[in-house]
Amino acid sequence: MMASCQKEIVRLMHNYLDGELISGEQRKLKVHLQKCENCRQHFFELKKTIALVQSMSQVRAPEGFTEKVLFSLPKEARMSSIQRWIRKHPFFMAASLFIVLTTGGFLSSWQQETDHFAFTKHENLHVENDTVVVPAGERVKGDIVVRNGDIRIEGEVEGDVTVINGEKYMASAGNVTGDIEEIDEAFGWLWYKLKKTVAGVFD
Amino acid sequence: MMELIIQRRIKQVLKGDQNAFGEIVEIYKDKVYQICFRMLWDRHEAEDAAQEAFIKAFVNIHTYDPEKKFATWLYRIATNLCIDRIRKKKPDYHLDAEISGTEGLNMYSQIASAEELPEEAVENSELQEIIQSAIFKLPEKYRSVIILKYLEELQLQEIADILELPLGTVKTRVHRGREALRKYLRNM
Ligand SMILES: [Zn+2]
Repeated sequence: MMASCQKEIVRLMHNYLDGELISGEQRKLKVHLQKCENCRQHFFELKKTIALVQSMSQVRAPEGFTEKVLFSLPKEARMSSIQRWIRKHPFFMAASLFIVLTTGGFLSSWQQETDHFAFTKHENLHVENDTVVVPAGERVKGDIVVRNGDIRIEGEVEGDVTVINGEKYMASAGNVTGDIEEIDEAFGWLWYKLKKTVAGVFD
Repeated sequence: MMELIIQRRIKQVLKGDQNAFGEIVEIYKDKVYQICFRMLWDRHEAEDAAQEAFIKAFVNIHTYDPEKKFATWLYRIATNLCIDRIRKKKPDYHLDAEISGTEGLNMYSQIASAEELPEEAVENSELQEIIQSAIFKLPEKYRSVIILKYLEELQLQEIADILELPLGTVKTRVHRGREALRKYLRNM
């Protein structure tokens, strides 16, 4: 090995491995490797090292990883995001204070209710996994609320449809006589509860 | 396409939807766990660190800039957490220093090899174990770039973004990391 060339040639080797040699340098490296046994060996070892590292098997996250993460999410984060939102919407501060004072415990009811798939029972509703189906040709009389699931409307609904944390799919023949509403997560749920409560007060 | 799905999920998370965050975890859990496992070489500690990374991402999701790639931001959180853990374990003296008479070994590798081998290593083939231990011998600044480049297969620029380092620094670290690994693995 020529001690004077060594450092420069090793630099070229690494740039080559990173795909960053310009053609003049590539030629310089090639010519040197042809005549220098030591550098050839060095270059071979580098390539072998990379191949060895890349031969490592991919590891996978353990079972139940996602559930554990979701379970550990801080509850304060939920609550403080609600507080942040209320601060931006002063009307709700008064309104929600009113509700806390009158109905009490609505947040805890929201928390209990958020986790599970649930829906308003009607005898002609079908369920496929977490999707509630209004079958074609059927007519559901009354409001439907679906929580943490989807609804597919192929038949008719005589009333309001509310989907909380889910989506609605309407077939072309599907029909809803009342309001259709999709509500996302906590804020929407809060708003929904608020409206129901306020409506209840003024009814 | 993938990035589009992620951006939509992030918007849902910002609105408070924890289920949407679950989908993000599903997409990235293996990658994040792999970074942690290769950095820490301990199954339990890796799971801990990966969990912590996702929780931290959730809590700080409002600081994520949607103009940038989500994976870059997430991997940064994970790598930083691992580096913190490694540093906390280290005593004050210089572990990268070679100890006289133990060519190719440094103090850190001696400490590491004195520890009980994790279960994973026992199950793996001998060769995998040798390669992993070579990676583990690297000081963390070289270990992180080697893992991101060769196990996560990321571009140098992306690695620079993750580690918030100049591209030139990342290149130098990759070069040095490769040289160190070559010394550990040349006789394989
Ligand atoms: Zn030479």
